[in-house]
This record gives sequence, C-alpha cells and structure tokens, in this order.
Amino acid sequence: MIQHLIIAPILIPFIAGALMLLYDDRQRSAKFWLSLISAGLLLLVAIRLLLEAKEAGSGGIGFYLLGNWAAPMAIVLVVDHLSAMMLVLTAIIGLASLVYSRAVWHRQGQHYFSLFQFLLMGLNGAFLTGDLFNLFVFFEVLLAASYGLLLHGSGQARVRAGMHYIAVNLAASLLFLLGVSLIYGVTGTLNMAHLANLAPMIPAVDQPLLKMGFALLGVAFLIKAGSWPLSFWLPNAYMSAAAPVGAIFAILTKVGIYAILRLSMLLFAEEGTGLTGWGAEVLILLGLASVAFALFGTLASQSLGRIAAYAVILSSGTVLAVIGFALAGGGGWMLTAALYYMIGSTLATATLFLLVEPMSRDDGGIAAMLALTAEIYGTGKDESLGAETPDGPAMPAGLTLISVCFGICAIVLAGLPPLPGFVGKLGMIQGALADAPAATFLNWSFIALLILSGLGTIIALARIGIQTFWGSDEASSSVMALEVAPALVLIALLGVMSIKSEAVLRYTGNTVEALQDRSLYAYGVFGAARTTVPMLPGTGEEQP
Amino acid sequence: MELILSFAIGVLTASGIWLLLRPRSFQVIIGLCLLSYAVNLFIFSMGRLTLGAPAIMPKGGFIDPTRYADPLPQALVLTAIVISFATTALFLVVMIAARGFTGTDHVDGKERELP
Repeated sequence: MIQHLIIAPILIPFIAGALMLLYDDRQRSAKFWLSLISAGLLLLVAIRLLLEAKEAGSGGIGFYLLGNWAAPMAIVLVVDHLSAMMLVLTAIIGLASLVYSRAVWHRQGQHYFSLFQFLLMGLNGAFLTGDLFNLFVFFEVLLAASYGLLLHGSGQARVRAGMHYIAVNLAASLLFLLGVSLIYGVTGTLNMAHLANLAPMIPAVDQPLLKMGFALLGVAFLIKAGSWPLSFWLPNAYMSAAAPVGAIFAILTKVGIYAILRLSMLLFAEEGTGLTGWGAEVLILLGLASVAFALFGTLASQSLGRIAAYAVILSSGTVLAVIGFALAGGGGWMLTAALYYMIGSTLATATLFLLVEPMSRDDGGIAAMLALTAEIYGTGKDESLGAETPDGPAMPAGLTLISVCFGICAIVLAGLPPLPGFVGKLGMIQGALADAPAATFLNWSFIALLILSGLGTIIALARIGIQTFWGSDEASSSVMALEVAPALVLIALLGVMSIKSEAVLRYTGNTVEALQDRSLYAYGVFGAARTTVPMLPGTGEEQP
Repeated sequence: MELILSFAIGVLTASGIWLLLRPRSFQVIIGLCLLSYAVNLFIFSMGRLTLGAPAIMPKGGFIDPTRYADPLPQALVLTAIVISFATTALFLVVMIAARGFTGTDHVDGKERELP
C-alpha cells in the first residue's frame, strides 16, 4: 500500500479537480472545502514522502513503475530528496493560497478551484516523473491550468498579459517538443535514467545532434524559469494575476529550475565523458544576467506586484547561476545553500504576492475591485457573484500585522540576518569563496551581484513600505482574517526554517549528495522491484 | 522523400516564425499553428522514414525490427497534436476576449502611434 503513495500527489488533485467540474459554481463553498481537503492530503503525503527520503539518508529514493512495466519500457515515477522537497513546498504554498482565495478571489470567475487542483496536479507530476515526454505532458497540464488561472477575474490587463504569456509558453512548448524528439531520434529513449546511461556512449558523430536536443530543451526550461533574456513576459503576467494565483505562480518558475537541475546533474555532471560540464558557463552567465536584470527591474519598479515579480526572477537567476557553478565542478556546499535559499525565497515571494492586495487596497477599496469585476461580468446581478462583502471576519489590527509580514519578507528577500535569506546567501558566498585560489572572475561577479541585489531589494521594498504604511494618513481599510492568516503561517514557516537551519541544510546537503551520486537514479530505476501480480486463471502467458 | 519532408518542415517553420513575430494576434495564432505542424512532422520523422512499414508487430516469434516503423513517435505526435489543438483553441478565446476589451487586434492592445 505504502508504495502507491508515490502516485497519490498526482491522483488526489486530479480526482478532486475532476469531481468539482461536475458541479457549477453555486456549490462554491463545498468546492472550497473539497479543495482544502485535497491540498491538506497532498501536504500529508508530501511530508510522509519527505520523511521517508530523510530517514534513508542520501540514498533515499523511491520508484513507481506505472502499469507495472519494467523500467525503460514505460513511464516511471521517481521520488527522491529533491522531488519530495519540491512536493512539500508546492503543497504548503498551494494550501496558503487556497485559504487566501476564500476571502474574495474565488468568487471572481468560474472553475477557480478545479483549475487550481489541475495546476497542483501538473506541478506534482512534473516533480515526480522520470520520463521526458511525460514531463512535457505535465508541463502542459500545469500550463493549461495556469492560463486559466492567470485570466481568473478577467479585465483588460489580465487578458493582455495572458495573451503574451500563452503565446510565449506555446512557443516554449514547441521548443520542448523539438528537443525531446531530437533526443529520442539520437538515443532511442525518453526515460531520464536510461538517457543518462546512454548519452555518454553516443558516437562522436551524433554528439552535436544530441547537444542540440539538450540545448532546445534547455531554452524551453529557461523560458519557464524566467531567465534573462527570456523573461520579459514574466513581470507583466505575474503582477496582473490575481493575488493567490501570483502566490502559486511563484513556484511555477521553480519547475523550470527543477528540470534544469535534475537533467544537468544526471547528464552533464559525470566525470570523463564528452558531456562533462556542458553548458555550465551558459547557465552561470544567464543566471548572473538574470540577477542583474532583476536588480535593475526591482529598483525601477513603482508597485509592489512588479517588485514581487522581479523577486521571482532574482531567486531563479541566483539558483541558476549556482547550478552552473556546480556543473563546472564547484563544491556541493554552494548548491546545498542554494537549495536552502530557494525554499526560503520561494516562500517569501509567495507571501509577498499575498500581501500585495491588502497593502494596496487603500487606493480603491475592496468594493471598487468587486464593482469592476461585476461590471466585466456584466450579465445581470447574480447574487452568487455580486455579494458585496468578503467572507470571514475582519482582522483586528490587520494593517499592523500586514506591515510586520511585509517587513519580514523584505528581510528574507534582501538576505539580512537572522532569516533564511541570510543563511542561504552566506552559504552560497562561502561556497563561491571555497576554491579561493581558483576563484575566477565569475565567482567574484556572482558574489558582488548577490550582495548588490540584496541592497537593491531592500531599497525598493523600504520605499514601498514607507509609502504604504507611513505615508497613508488613516489606516482605514479593513483586512480580512482569511487574508492575513496564510501570510502569517508562511512567515512562521520562514522563522522555523531559520531556527532549524541545521536540519534543513542537512536535508538539502543530502539532496545534493544524492544528485551528485547519479548512479542512484541512473541505475536504481532498472533495479526497481515490480509488484508481483497474481496470475489470472486461463491466461497462459508467463509474466516475464 | 527526405528532401521533400525536410523542405516542408523548413518552410512551415520559417513561415510560422515570421507570422509569430507579426503584431496582429490572428497572425500570431496562425504562426503558432504552422509551427506546431512543423514540430509534429519533425517528431514523426524522428522515428526514421519508412515506406509501407506497419507500426504494430505480430505476436510471437522472431521479428526483424527494421521492417517495422517505430510506433513511439507516432504516439508522441498524437499527444502533441491533441495538446496543441487544445491550447490553440484556448488562445483563440483569449484573442477574441482581448479584441473585445481593447477594440483592436494588436497584440499589445493598442496601435503603435505613428510619428
């Protein structure tokens, strides 16, 4: 029974989302509770998988053979340290944005909760799958859901940003397909582990074709990850998305990062092959360029939503550069700290997206926002849509709590002690300095950019904070408890993360060890035990 | 045959990219369609080109695999077609919505101001 837990993160949101499609939006309350149960179950399953990986040390890896086919023949799901970590992160942010959307946002459009569940399903599937084409399918699932969610609430800005977002991502998907098919044409396999074994043995004549396939895949992932110069669509799309959607989108870019990390560690990290360290410089340079782009973008931004979007690019760029350093033979410590930083910064950016709306509500108030949406829907006063007041009680001293959350987010994103941003950045700088005699120009520019980006973030966020909290004459706008609670929980998690830094760092350290010891993944898949199926009477065929 | 196929893929891709970079949303969607046709043909060709070879092998016995077509790219193409069809339909809806909101079919929602 316990082995089937691996597929649960895909099945739970799939069933919940499909079930909700059967009912129309008058059943919103029931849909909310169903989504909440689904997301809660997801969190439990993800934590269980995380604990299993943690207990097994750096060798903890689980396989699930779909349809009980032996390994390279069919699709295989793999859960290891990295996957389990990403699953937990997805479930936490998913749960927080679901609760947040209960206050106002879930009423602003159709099928919000179903789309949300399908997005979770696509994310979980992308983190679990061990097959390239299946990765494409889950990418499409999460993208299709994200198109719907981005347009949630409608309005001119959203539709325009949505059109750009969809066009860019459709083009990226086509590049993804080209890459996958090239790789299949050269190696004859789509299974990542099988690919990792075959790729070094490809004859030198075919190597350029294979590399071209990987490069096309890489471009597709970099578009998803929001790396410069492929990220100009990102700030507009993310800042025009509804607040809870923006929060869950904070993890969408991490899917691109995950795919790059997974594939590059599997394929290009092994010593002594024609592919060793391939593309490392490109990743470093693009990562550094993204950090610089995000730095200028943050400083130039006038609104909090845009700053949050640039914070997403900043976090992606930093991790991307570190993946490049790790591929180029840098120490594991840098990657360990980078993964820690990634968890912290993803939680912080998600929180920032949740804070955008309560903070900027003074301008028009919640009634104005609802009126706008009602006008867009136009067709008559539907009482289920046009309810004037948001659900749930107002939060006493809401604005104060919001300002505290905002301050803590700023500290995490800027990398000031004692919160996780600081620990992560310190570790990365330590790692970059570790090979000090050999430290190159790239190492130094990475350190400089890391520190400068922290400075830029704190300047921009402090400016917005002063305008919002000190510049407003009267703290009149009401803030709902349901809107503050998720942000508070995420902030508390950030606090726990910095108190338990050692444990988290040990876990990410094990993650990096497991990633570097690629034989675990590359050969483990073939040793995965098939379940014995009781043979049906009358079928003469032998189970091979 | 190889020449014709590669020529077709090349022409489709080139026209697709050109249309994708145009400012009208209808041109963009046609460009994406052409690109997806090119990609589908490309995936198909990655299973090697064969003439009159069946994709499904008969049951049992020794089989010479070179006399059969690779069934996997065909399955992949099918998936890719379905997905690109669905996303194109969605894009069409968004395009019409954008046209309704802005009153123009420019991808940025406003015409470029002429000097």
